[in-house]
Amino acid sequence: MRQLAITVNGEVRTADVEDRTLLVEFLREGLGLTGTHVGCDTTQCGACTVIMDGQAVKSCTVLAVMAEGAEVRTIEGLADGDRLHPLQDAFSRHHALQCGFCTPGMIMASLDVIERHGADLDAQTVRHELEGNLCRCTGYHNIVKAVLDAAGRGSPR
Amino acid sequence: MSVSKPLPHDAARLHVTGAARYVDDIPTPARCLHLAFGLSQVAAGRIKSIDLEAVRHAPGVVGVWEANDLPSDCDCSPSAHDEPMLSGKTIHYFGQPVFLVAATSYLAARKAVKAAEILFETRDAILTIDDALAAESRFEDGPRVWSKGDAGEAIDTAPHRIEGEIEMGGQEHFYLEGQTALAIPQEGGDILVHASTQHPTEIQHKVAHALHLPMHGVRVETRRMGGGFGGKESQGNALAIACAVVAAKTGRPAKMRYDRDDDFMITGKRHDFRIAYRAGFDAEGRVLGVEFVQYARCGWAQDLSLPVADRAMLHADNAYHLPAIRIESHRLRTNTQSATAFRGFGGPQGMLGIERVMDHVAHHLGTDPLAVRRANYYAAAQDVDAGGGPAPRSAQPNAPRDISGPKKDADSTTRGASPTVSQMPGAPQPDRVRAPQHQTTPYGQAVTDFILHAMTDRLERDADYTKRRETIAAWNAQSPVLKRGIALTPVKFGISFTLTHLNQAGALVHVYQDGSIAMNHGGTEMGQGLFQKVAQVAASRFGLSPEAIRITATDTAKVPNTSATAASSGSDLNGMAVKAACDTIRDRMAEHLARLYQTEPGTVRFADGHVHVGDAVLSFGEAATLCYEGRVSLSSTGFYKTPGLQWDRIKGRGRPFFYFAYGAACTEVVVDSLTGEYRILRADILHDCGTSLNPALDIGQIEGGYVQGVGWVTTEELVWDSEGRLRTHAPSTYKIPACSDRPDVFHVALWDGANREDTIYRSKAVGEPPFMLGISALMALSDAISAHGSRYPDLHAPATPERVLSAIQRVRDGD
Repeated sequence: MRQLAITVNGEVRTADVEDRTLLVEFLREGLGLTGTHVGCDTTQCGACTVIMDGQAVKSCTVLAVMAEGAEVRTIEGLADGDRLHPLQDAFSRHHALQCGFCTPGMIMASLDVIERHGADLDAQTVRHELEGNLCRCTGYHNIVKAVLDAAGRGSPR
Repeated sequence: MSVSKPLPHDAARLHVTGAARYVDDIPTPARCLHLAFGLSQVAAGRIKSIDLEAVRHAPGVVGVWEANDLPSDCDCSPSAHDEPMLSGKTIHYFGQPVFLVAATSYLAARKAVKAAEILFETRDAILTIDDALAAESRFEDGPRVWSKGDAGEAIDTAPHRIEGEIEMGGQEHFYLEGQTALAIPQEGGDILVHASTQHPTEIQHKVAHALHLPMHGVRVETRRMGGGFGGKESQGNALAIACAVVAAKTGRPAKMRYDRDDDFMITGKRHDFRIAYRAGFDAEGRVLGVEFVQYARCGWAQDLSLPVADRAMLHADNAYHLPAIRIESHRLRTNTQSATAFRGFGGPQGMLGIERVMDHVAHHLGTDPLAVRRANYYAAAQDVDAGGGPAPRSAQPNAPRDISGPKKDADSTTRGASPTVSQMPGAPQPDRVRAPQHQTTPYGQAVTDFILHAMTDRLERDADYTKRRETIAAWNAQSPVLKRGIALTPVKFGISFTLTHLNQAGALVHVYQDGSIAMNHGGTEMGQGLFQKVAQVAASRFGLSPEAIRITATDTAKVPNTSATAASSGSDLNGMAVKAACDTIRDRMAEHLARLYQTEPGTVRFADGHVHVGDAVLSFGEAATLCYEGRVSLSSTGFYKTPGLQWDRIKGRGRPFFYFAYGAACTEVVVDSLTGEYRILRADILHDCGTSLNPALDIGQIEGGYVQGVGWVTTEELVWDSEGRLRTHAPSTYKIPACSDRPDVFHVALWDGANREDTIYRSKAVGEPPFMLGISALMALSDAISAHGSRYPDLHAPATPERVLSAIQRVRDGD
């Protein structure tokens, strides 16, 4: 066990964790931030994607201790009070979700994609970049539309 | 009116903010135990010895159960009572749960399981269809056979004949949220279960049985699932029972979530099939007689295999009027996971059989497969517009451009080949002279609502099929390595549970004194948008916006004796039940308000958030308050049962379906002949949802269904090794379509036309039918491969690059 301090959604959170504790466990069980989901347990489906120090990571294969001192952003930290982030708004308006289980990870991964590509983002790039986030319901069509829409409206953060 | 508006999913805001709760997100109750199963490491045999001492002493372990420690057999079967939750001494498949561990954490339970020492005495496992046939290992006494006319005679005397065989693999559901359940002990020995299930009543029933409780002692709640696709119709039973047993025994809450690999290893998947066929046809490709032998690999337990295999037989005709047909169906028992419901429920397999025949016939004749398909279509409905008002236009940019033309074309009183219907140059004239009232399916149901002629005409035009087919042929002629292919295939899917008594639903609606409304029904939400559609129905009945309606979790204590949310029936059944409940309350309100305002109840209107009574206009809230003060009951149940169904599954005769849902898809692919790899270049879809309750949600179902169907016939390959161990048990090796696999160009439009049957606002079911649009991708691959030579490709599904490559080789060798 060791004490960790991780900045999550702008707030320093401390907790005693075992060395083997995964970041996703820390978030879900330690902090009750259950918007980050566990889909495949093995870093392939992307449902657990969060932003760590500005980069999208799959939190089911990041140890919590590796996030010591880092800034972690989860789906719960995206909206500004009642005002949805443009990506959240776009996913909602474009029907880019059905069961919703992949949605938080998909949005966090898209945030990273938009950050890196900016307004130049095209459909081909979105499709390639989101390969690591699986969705079983939508067929991805509306997800790509939502990401492009949010990117086009600028200031993804 | 909120019905037919393209409103977002009811929980969209909760989903995009991470606030939507799945079972595993419910705050874990204090002292909660976490469960894991220990799994068999052989496919068939007996347990020689089992030593669980190390498991019992592993850190955090609170309890360990083997089969004979349980309070009952804890049967998990939805049918034949042949699925004990734990194996006992006899092992039926690799991955079968042998023992159960409860520990203080998820990880502790999973780690403890690994400490078991079990010696198995193996016997030869029956793994494949051939193994099962050799061993006569099957469910039911022998094959089911349905027939119409003398197919053998018709084939033997036909001018042309083909025969062949197609293998089609199973499919893992890969719901993103794995199977999960949580049981919380209640006072007096009752149990509350939160389950990720499509069938709360089944969970209630099985838990009650396991614990020797009356059903009223078990309450099951399901707010939502992270995907179901049929995989949560019966496959969640084991987890719920395990949690309930542990909760009852220890007095502590118990939660179980399968790790993804365990989920693959334990749970059933889509049935893989082999379909052998023989067909006789004329020079224009009209099938005169056809014989199918369907072999379904059902796995170790019966589960839902009989109705699945029945539905495969029921879709052996797809969209085609087959004058003589014989269908023989073998339901084979194997030492593999018990195959189960999956979107389409056998329909896709049966349909792929006849689509393969159409493709093969066209190849044999050297004709465009679409011409052959058209030549075999059922005759058009006399009036596709009958019985309903105008349908909403799709809100999508690619919405139907012309709704009146095709419908008039199809409204053909002569039923001959309508001269106004576009024909491909040189194509055989479709036979449209058969009177609809005399055309029946192989199981004797009259087809009276057939709209695929007009739909095909429009899709052919919108997708520019004929021209593209020519362009592709020219392109292929100068491209030695890459070849393109195109196919347009139809879907006709029967709507209703084939077990007739399941076609019922209940609802419970409360209007509170402030005018807010709580609505509940027996359907479950798995992402399909059922809750929103039904809320739109309720809102429309009261003249309110959907925000006025609170949709509450599916709960066996609110609406009892529900059917699974399955067979695409969710909005058909529950929409009607909710409508009935709302109308009861509305009538009571109208009667009371009319008395107060000295007018006739029939003149009271509920619209625009208000109630209009004579000259008075009340807000809905004011009206509710008045009714409450007037001691009017503002709560009602509602009930619905589908009319007109009767079905004899042994004879294969009757009317199992209330109506048919239709669709058509045109897919173009490009194939690399050096590697067998391919891409989907373009997909165009036209689908029939009747008068859509919500076009945005329906289009979502269509897009997602198509892509999932394409996955089934292309990349999703389940591989069992010779020991019966599933080798593709994670997304690393089992490939569902990814974002990059989506077609480059993807057009989806809704067919505008009301359901001829009196369904909820004349809509049609949409859950399963679009899945089978994916078959067009397999046929497009077959078309592309055909460009390499003259032999028929005989392409099996899934058409992985390996299979495509070997098909290319076969076609070339055949030259």
